[in-house]
Amino acid sequence: MSAETSHSCPMMRAEVIDTYFMEHRARIIDIAAFLDRVERAGTSDDAEDFREVSFRQALGILSDGKPQRAARILSLLSDQTTEMAQSAEGMKGASGAPMPPATGGNA
Amino acid sequence: MKYIDPHIHMVSRTTDDYQRMAQSGCIAVTEPAFWAGFDRSSAQGFYDYFRQLTDYEPRRASQFGIQHFTWLCINPKEADDPGFAREVLSLIPEFLDNHNVLGIGEIGLNKNTRNELIILEEQIALAEKHNQMVLVHTPHLEDKLKGTRIIMDALAASGIDPGRILIDHVEEHTVAEVLNRGFWAGMTLYPDTKVTPQRAVDIIEMYGSERIWTNSAGDWGCSDPLAVPKARLEMKRRGHGDELVDRVTLHNPRTFLSQSGRFDVEV
Repeated sequence: MSAETSHSCPMMRAEVIDTYFMEHRARIIDIAAFLDRVERAGTSDDAEDFREVSFRQALGILSDGKPQRAARILSLLSDQTTEMAQSAEGMKGASGAPMPPATGGNA
Repeated sequence: MKYIDPHIHMVSRTTDDYQRMAQSGCIAVTEPAFWAGFDRSSAQGFYDYFRQLTDYEPRRASQFGIQHFTWLCINPKEADDPGFAREVLSLIPEFLDNHNVLGIGEIGLNKNTRNELIILEEQIALAEKHNQMVLVHTPHLEDKLKGTRIIMDALAASGIDPGRILIDHVEEHTVAEVLNRGFWAGMTLYPDTKVTPQRAVDIIEMYGSERIWTNSAGDWGCSDPLAVPKARLEMKRRGHGDELVDRVTLHNPRTFLSQSGRFDVEV
């Protein structure tokens, strides 16, 4: 019953890189350009957006050399609270990263 | 090649999507009731929607040799007003005897509120009372992990066998908990907000192919009604054999769905 992780990709490491490198080369340059764009843009205050904070933490996971990067980034970008609001009235749509309580988060 | 797309919102798709799906090997779809992109103003709007799902849409699919099945509910996004939601729930029993109704779905949570949970529990009770299978929607993005856990706790408190419940939209951070608690898991292949065909195949490689399927959840948003055949192609591209490809995209959906005696799809 227990769902354990395994390593069952039938490709060799070199084949994975041959197959997917160009696609992900483009994506990492997109990320770099996004960060450059954020830094070039004007700002109305010095406070860092909570999504930007989470994004930079996620970048750290990418290069920490440990497995399960996708699952760990998804968990990082998840609401870890257990409290429940009574109603969704007035709530905005999902933002992609957990809002800190001071900015209207659920905690 | 044949495949089943077990979660797609065909009411939002054009007829030529049916044609392209049939040409790609689709032999059956199941269509859960969902949010139409706007909040309906009356229970009567849902009544008409349920008629569309149980009468009109199966006929449209049949023109292309695709068998159409459905799941009925009030979706979590419109379930935050318990009074309104109960009006809609009162309409559902008269549709449950329809030939293409497989169960209650897609029920779940959206913003993880107490109001949504109250209606989720009432819909679980409705399924249990009428011996229906259940298809579950889990919230998106930052709300998914918390919502998935709350939903699984609510389901566990019912008497429904987890083997008759599929929890959809799993991702890398939720799939193990869903499978370990005995539920079936659905991976939705959806641009931007859910998993890509590549990530879905990664998940199969890491967590196995037991009690898991892929679906497109194609709807009115940016989505792809041919996402399942694209996942099949991705599996083959990596060197996986036809047996695994067919298990995830054809036999697993058929095994789960056939628990409803109405799912009479021959493969």
